[in-house]
Amino acid sequence: MTALTLPARPEQDAALRPLPWRRMAWVTWRQHRMTLAGVVVVLGGLAVYLWRTGLGIHQAWAFIVTCHPANSSTCGYAAGIFNTRYVPTEVTAGLLLTLTPALLGAFVGAPILAREMETGTFRYAWTQGFGRWRWTLGKLVPLAVVVAAAAGALSVLSWWFFAPFFAENFGTPLAPALFDLRGVVYAAWTLVAVAIGALAGMLIRRVVPAMAATLAAYLGLALLPGLWLRQYYLPAVHTTSNNLPGFAWILNQWYTKGGKFAFAGVQKSGTNAAIEQHWCPNAPPSETLGQCLSHHGYTQWTSYQPVTRFWPFQWIEVGWLVVLSALLIAATVWLVRRRAA
Amino acid sequence: MNMKTIIDTEGLGKRYGNSWALRECTLEIPAGHVAALVGPNGAGKTTLLNLAVGLAEPSAGSVSVLGGHPAGSPAALDGIAFVAQDTPMYKNLSVAEMLHLTRNLNRFFDQHQAKARLADLGIPLKRKAGKLSGGQQAQLALTLALARRPRMLVLDEPVAMLDPIARHDFMATVLTATAEDGVSVLLSSHVLAELERVADYLILMSRGRVQVVGEVDDLLASHRVLTGPAAEADRYTERPVVHVSRAEAQAHLLVRATADDPVPPGWEAHPVGLEELALGYLREPVAVSVPGPARGRHAEPSEVSR
Repeated sequence: MTALTLPARPEQDAALRPLPWRRMAWVTWRQHRMTLAGVVVVLGGLAVYLWRTGLGIHQAWAFIVTCHPANSSTCGYAAGIFNTRYVPTEVTAGLLLTLTPALLGAFVGAPILAREMETGTFRYAWTQGFGRWRWTLGKLVPLAVVVAAAAGALSVLSWWFFAPFFAENFGTPLAPALFDLRGVVYAAWTLVAVAIGALAGMLIRRVVPAMAATLAAYLGLALLPGLWLRQYYLPAVHTTSNNLPGFAWILNQWYTKGGKFAFAGVQKSGTNAAIEQHWCPNAPPSETLGQCLSHHGYTQWTSYQPVTRFWPFQWIEVGWLVVLSALLIAATVWLVRRRAA
Repeated sequence: MNMKTIIDTEGLGKRYGNSWALRECTLEIPAGHVAALVGPNGAGKTTLLNLAVGLAEPSAGSVSVLGGHPAGSPAALDGIAFVAQDTPMYKNLSVAEMLHLTRNLNRFFDQHQAKARLADLGIPLKRKAGKLSGGQQAQLALTLALARRPRMLVLDEPVAMLDPIARHDFMATVLTATAEDGVSVLLSSHVLAELERVADYLILMSRGRVQVVGEVDDLLASHRVLTGPAAEADRYTERPVVHVSRAEAQAHLLVRATADDPVPPGWEAHPVGLEELALGYLREPVAVSVPGPARGRHAEPSEVSR
């Protein structure tokens, strides 16, 4: 072999120490800084929207709260205005906040690997000394965490934004469409969205289809807990009392007679009128439905989740979402390791 | 450097779905060569290279590199620089950033050498990689690979997309690097003309199998072209015939013979060129010339069939 004329590189031995992770930091930053700038712009825009509309909401709300006397026509008028004007705003904001993690997953998560596969640059990246599974982990984890943290910052603002709507009996903070927009779960949902995107990108290997798949998969997953899962985080409270604690998340109502199930409540049996016609047909007009039913020996049961469980529920949901994200990222890394070029 | 071989494969095979892209490949490529992997499209060249650099996992058999490291292991990644087909680049990164990126991803990177080489080539550091010409992109990829000071340089169809001048310049850089750094090179190509100048070791593949392996000098010395009357071509049996081509009344026989072998009366013997030899074998995909089971002990190929 020809003699070396350049300084020889240090001869490597069997015990090669892996390259330090911080080397990957520059790589990830340089390759995804435009994406991260886009995230800042989108979340920043959303934050400005929440802030500006939120100020109006809070002012209007402060007026209603301090309005005296509360039953005056002025105060009633103010409350009416608040409902017609700001409840649609609340719905819009909720929708935007619901879509945001899905979009972050699609635009940040999905391209990370799909673009490498689509343009063939993985052949460059995965044959460098850093090693491909470490390269993958060094990209996915910081990106997912940073984007989730940014979403977490936004959720602090949305906490403030939604506050007036939970001050009055607008609804329970545990309600499916609102629970995941506030508190720590919002960041966790964003984390899952990015992890879904990364896995979809690795499976589909094309940027645009991977983005579409991410949107679909995320929105499908995000619907599930509110409908079928969250109510079981802790055993529901059952009560025969008509005075439920404020903001309780009512899950079910039913009636018993003599300790046995008689019929389902409004949620399953339709309107009160239907119940009355069927179970209390000849009730005198002076009696309410509840009084009539209790005369006939029926007891009303309600199962609910008290609002005091908001934070335990938040942490339970954060827990499984973080575990799910870790599994999704692990699956992605596993695919990268075993992928046949 | 004490490694004797850059690639060892044992019964190596790779299957995609139901079809084998590479099968029963047993090879030992010695270090210190510019080894050319030649074959038609779909012969399994890229598959073999992907297996060697660890991008693909074998479906059968095994592959080790740099004298015994499993392909894709940290030591293998560290010692091998790979330039993939069409030299994929991050198009939105500048040349300087590609340098920085490669430096961050590797244990060793000779920034000074890389910058000097790019300056020589007239490739501006500030230009986006996506704005470079095809030849410049290939040169950049090669520069990045060489600055890692690899023990083995693997190039997959490095010149296929380049114009003749860029092709020539690219190969010149490869040759300079092998002379200066003593790096072993394995390159695949279906462009035969360029190889004669650069390759001193040949691996010929077709239909997923290795057909011919050996040092170019040995192969050229053990093959001759006989020219004689076409009518007599079938009667030539003295030495194994690889390929017969007929033109009018004349026949050209590529035979396994040395300059010392007797030439039948009426026939003329010529030395064979690398391109002619490769073409002869490629036209006869069943003809095989690989060192037999006792690899390395004797240079005599085990078998030639027609």
